[in-house]
Amino acid sequence: MTKDNPKWYMVTLVGKDQTSIVSHVTAALYDAGGNLGETSMMRLGGNFTIMMMVEFSGSIKNLHDALSSVTDSMDLHLHIDKIDAKLHEHIIPDVRISVYGADRAGIVSKVTSVLAEAGLNILDLESDVAGDEDKPLYIMHIEGEASEGIKPLESVIQIIRDEEGIDIELIEIDTMIG
Amino acid sequence: MAVLDIIVYPDVRLKQVAEEVKNFDDKLQSFIQDLDDTMVAGPGGVGIAATQVGVMQRIVIVDVSNYPRLKNAKHHGHLILINPEILDWQGMKKGREGCMSVPDFTGNVIRAENIVLNALDENGIKQEYEMEGFEARAVQHEIDHLDGLLFLDRLVSRRNDLFKRKK
Repeated sequence: MTKDNPKWYMVTLVGKDQTSIVSHVTAALYDAGGNLGETSMMRLGGNFTIMMMVEFSGSIKNLHDALSSVTDSMDLHLHIDKIDAKLHEHIIPDVRISVYGADRAGIVSKVTSVLAEAGLNILDLESDVAGDEDKPLYIMHIEGEASEGIKPLESVIQIIRDEEGIDIELIEIDTMIG
Repeated sequence: MAVLDIIVYPDVRLKQVAEEVKNFDDKLQSFIQDLDDTMVAGPGGVGIAATQVGVMQRIVIVDVSNYPRLKNAKHHGHLILINPEILDWQGMKKGREGCMSVPDFTGNVIRAENIVLNALDENGIKQEYEMEGFEARAVQHEIDHLDGLLFLDRLVSRRNDLFKRKK
């Protein structure tokens, strides 16, 4: 592929989980001259989800066309946006927050809204539902940047712990660069 | 003083085993000064191995005293470790590392929480150190460089794992 006019797209694909989604999708992109940047691919419940940065010289329409045979045959939903790549600008997280408790609606909303007010910039969040149907558990890990320092985050975490009755722990991340 | 160029992966020298230092001459002292200047100029500033400037000799400098969040942890300040050898390891702990030779990436690595090591100082005199925590992590990371290992060789999952709560 020519790099005369490189463009970056965020490609989102979602479908029922089945084997070979990643290999088929990435082969179609490679054959069309695409190049992957950072990606996140994982099973959420019975679904497989892909978000990936793709460098591609053509248009959104061209990229849709390049993927259409895979998305049709595997019944995947496809969405594409043009983006600024901004690679090589990772922010190093300085705090990690772990949450777990009996699953109920509103945990993420409650926790993240007070953390945001206390200056947390979320860099990475992943959460799982564990347990069984009768007693589901919610488990969440957040890594982020404490833009106003650790103190305000520690204060609100104490409040959430007392008011909501969930287990929530904040740990500072020390990064050793050697 | 001179700040040397840091070599970055995939430079093959980062995968090679460095050789023992035998001559404690003026050339060595001058190199140690340059290596120190290079460490201080880098993004981490807490540790460097000679390997990282393409000099395949078993020389490491560690100085965690300038790390802003070290708080009250015990440490030895500025350390020149020549031909270092770890004699004892205790307690494994996960922590986040990055590397001047692998820019723009950090990951979790399990290291011994407490170590005992032998090393020669810049005059060739044998010293023994007991160290812990962040300083022990830095020393293990740098000694790995002397053996051709990067923290990328020791990464553990960033998902689904809890850091141990601080006491």
